[in-house]
Parts: sequence; C-alpha cells; structure tokens
Amino acid sequence: MDIRIENLSKKFGGQRAVDGVSFEVKTGEILGFLGPNGAGKTTTMRMITNFINPSGGDISIGGRTLSENADEIKNHIGYLPENNPLYMDMPVMDYLEFVGGLQRIPKGDLMYRVVEMIRVTGLNAEKHKKIGELSKGFRQRVGLAQALIHDPEILILDEPTSGLDPNQIVEIRKLIRELGREKTVILSTHILPEVEATCDRILIINKGKIVADGTAETLRKQASGQEILKARIEDGDPNKIIEALQALPSVSMADFAERKQNRFEIQTQPGAGTAKAVFKLCVDNKWSLTELIPFETKLEDIFRELTTK
Amino acid sequence: MNTIWILTKREFRSFFDSLIAYILLVLFLGISGFFTWLFGSDVFLVGQASLGAFFSIAYWTLFFFIPALTMRLLAEEIRSGTIELLLTRAITDRQIIMGKFLSTLMLILVALVFTIPYVITIASIGNLDIGAVLCGYLGLLLMSGTYISIGIWASSITRNQIVAYLISLFAGLFFHLIFDMLSSSFTGLFGQVFNFLSMRTHFDSISRGVLDSGDLIYFLSIIVLGIFLSEISLAKRNFTS
Repeated sequence: MDIRIENLSKKFGGQRAVDGVSFEVKTGEILGFLGPNGAGKTTTMRMITNFINPSGGDISIGGRTLSENADEIKNHIGYLPENNPLYMDMPVMDYLEFVGGLQRIPKGDLMYRVVEMIRVTGLNAEKHKKIGELSKGFRQRVGLAQALIHDPEILILDEPTSGLDPNQIVEIRKLIRELGREKTVILSTHILPEVEATCDRILIINKGKIVADGTAETLRKQASGQEILKARIEDGDPNKIIEALQALPSVSMADFAERKQNRFEIQTQPGAGTAKAVFKLCVDNKWSLTELIPFETKLEDIFRELTTK
Repeated sequence: MNTIWILTKREFRSFFDSLIAYILLVLFLGISGFFTWLFGSDVFLVGQASLGAFFSIAYWTLFFFIPALTMRLLAEEIRSGTIELLLTRAITDRQIIMGKFLSTLMLILVALVFTIPYVITIASIGNLDIGAVLCGYLGLLLMSGTYISIGIWASSITRNQIVAYLISLFAGLFFHLIFDMLSSSFTGLFGQVFNFLSMRTHFDSISRGVLDSGDLIYFLSIIVLGIFLSEISLAKRNFTS
C-alpha cells in the first residue's frame, strides 16, 4: 500500500504545526522522517494514523482517502507512537492478546499471532513479566510487537530506537530493514546515522515544511559545500608543505589539522582532482604521503544547514 | 460491541492487577458492614427487617469511592499516551468511554454482590420486602452509574489524577448534597428545580420501592450527558498539541 500526502496542514490555535506538506511513500520503501524537535514530525504521523484530523489537505492510503475510509484503512496500519506508551501493569502476553483482539484477529489465529510476535521480537524469556518490569529495550520490542501483530502493510514508527543501547539499536534497525522489504515504512528520528543505515529515502522537515526530499546521496549532491581531504604528509617541513598545498590551483584552503603529526586539512572544489594533485606534489618533492582521506559532506551538516535557517 | 467488551475486560482486570479493586472491596464491605450491623442507627437499633441502614450508608461510601476508581481512567491514558494506541485502531472515542464506564460499573456490581449475605441474614430474621431490596440495589447501581459518568468526564479534562478526583467529588457534591440543601431554602419553581436535581430525591424514591420514570430519566440523562461531555473533551486533541 502506498501513502500519498497532498498539501497536508495542521493548525493548533493560531500556530501552524504542519504547513502544506506533500510527499509520497511507495510500497516497500522505508522513508526516514527527519527534523528538529517540534518540527511537525509527530503531528504528521498522528494525522496519517488518524489520531488527529488534518486542518487541510489530503491523505490517501492505497488509493483511498483516509478521512472517508478511516476504520478500513486503520486496520492496515501498525503504529509505534512517540515514547512507546504501554500499559505497565499488564503482562506481555496479555497485552499482545488484548491488542490482537482489538485488531479483530480471529480467535483461532490470535494465540498463534501472539506467539509469532514474541518470537520475531525476541521476547520469549520475558513473555510472562509485567511490561512495567521490563527494561527499555524490551519495552520497545513490545511496542514493535503490538504494531506488527495484525501484519499491517504500513508501519509508522515514531522514534523507534530512542533510549536503546547501541546493540539494541542495531537489532531494531535490522528488524525494520527486514520488514521494509515488503511493507511501507515511515520512521521518524533525529539520529542521523540511523536514517542512513535504515532508510531508502529521507525527508527533512522544519517548522512544518518539507525542506529536503531524496536519498542520502542526492541530498549530499544538492548541498552546496566543499569536499574536504585529510592528508598526512611526512618527511618534509610542515610550513613548506602548507605553502605548496595552498599553491595548488583547485585548493581553496589548506591548514594544519595536527601540526606535530604532519596532518593537514585541505578544502577543495568537488571533482577537481585534488587528490591526484596532492599525490603528484608529494612525489615531486619526495615527501611521503601516508594518509589521504576524502571527507564527504556529512548528513549532519546538511541537516544543520537546512533546519537552522 | 465486541470492541467495547474487550476494552471493558482489560479495564476490569486492571482494577484487580493494580489492587484498587481489593482495596475498594475491603473498605466498602468493612464500612458498610460496620454501620449496618454494629454502629449508629444499625439494623438492631432500628429493629426492623429492612436494609435501609445499609442503603443509606452505601449511598455515602459509594459517593466517596467512585471518584477514586474513575480518576485514573482517562487521565492516565492521556498522560501516558496509551490513548493514542487505542484511537489509532478502528476504535471510536465512544467505545473507549463505554468500556471504562462498564468496567467500573461491573466492579461496583461485584461489591454489591458481596453484600447479598446481608440480605439473606435479614430475610432469615424477619419479613423482608424483597421488592424494596431489589429497588434499593437498582438505586445504588443507577447512582453509581451517574457518579461514574461524572468521574469519567472529570478524568477526561485533566492529566492529573488528583485533580480528576477532586473535580468529580466537587461536581458530585452538588447532586449529592448541595441541590438538596438549596431545594429546602427555595420555594416555588427554584425549589422544584433543585429538588429535581438532587440525587437524594430520586434515590429515596427508588429505594422505597417506587420505580418512577422521572427517576430513571434523571439518572440516565446525567449518565448520557457525562459520556457525551467526555467524548467532546477527548476530541479536543484535535485543537491543542
């Protein structure tokens, strides 16, 4: 099922939390929804899940308008809300059974689905414990299990890895990637490496508006900025090396990164072949080039540039 | 219907999981038993085979206990965000409220079922008017429904459970006491209006064994109003972030 959002907006009082947002997510695509806190990520997700109604615009899922077919469509959505709310005094199994019942899973299949979810999310050892007794990582798995119990075609995850330790993050990401092969996934986060690790496409939202939409690669290309090379050049006088580097035509600036270790930072226009030039320079001067690392523009920089305006 | 029942079951169980139910049952049976059998104008002092003593004490104990049961119902769901998990499934606001209402009413029903030994005991020592007893129980249930409905509304307008308790107690106080007091200090139309609004008027008339449609309308209309207002306040999520 694909999701198509057109000119979506939401006003709270006089404030526009979401302001004319349009995008599309295709089946089998994992969309990363990025933005600073308060940018409108959660509000957008709440509108897609029909928790709140939009003030304007259209959401259509699987070719049908959400507002007219809400109950039908909601059965195809699995949702993990922000902060993963759960009933702390319920045991894991009972909770999943409760959720499955609400999703109208037939009685005969219900226990099978509950057991299946416990297996998929690795909750077997904890299944009889009360949710309140579980660690944050396990609670997150319960949150995922409740979102997946009815095998939804669309998954909406609001900050699915917040508060997890690095091992758990890797596991959850892996799970999301597997799920994303056949499902439509929207996940929000403000952890940038996460989007790169899990998402096919990135959408950056700021102050209720979309400011960027594309793969990590296209975003990098779009971002104006320079390529940075880090080089370590030994067996020469550092000052002379700096001068020589600055004299290269494509280099806009060269500076010491760590002077004692002869490490240099070279700013250059992208695609100007500076790496070759640096190598040639070293050969000509009989310096030893021991390290040469091209630094891509980081996603962090793009994010900062787009969201601090 | 099935959805409401699933929600009701969960809520009912959570009363027991969180010990609230046990505390309520012990306190309710303890207090009502104490005043029915041992102290004040109890059965032996009155010397009649009637459950009047029990009904008048239950009339007060339930008034204080019900807000304690209802205060967390929606306030907790709103504060923790679990309401979002419910409303993003094919569940309506009304179904959630009905689930809460029915589960609390079921708990009150359980508490009242535990007082059946009182009925059996009194029936064995004198001539008990069973019709009046049944009406008395019906009166208690209707009154409970009314306060549950008010309590759920109070719980829907705040995230803070203590605030919800106090609001529902305060709102209940009008029906329980203040309208009654006002009706005796006003004459004419105002007096009649306050008299109609007072819970006492209707509860007394039912527990005497008189089933009047006016009384039923009174209780049911407050219940419906409470549920309706709770729905409105849940829908407020659309207007404030």
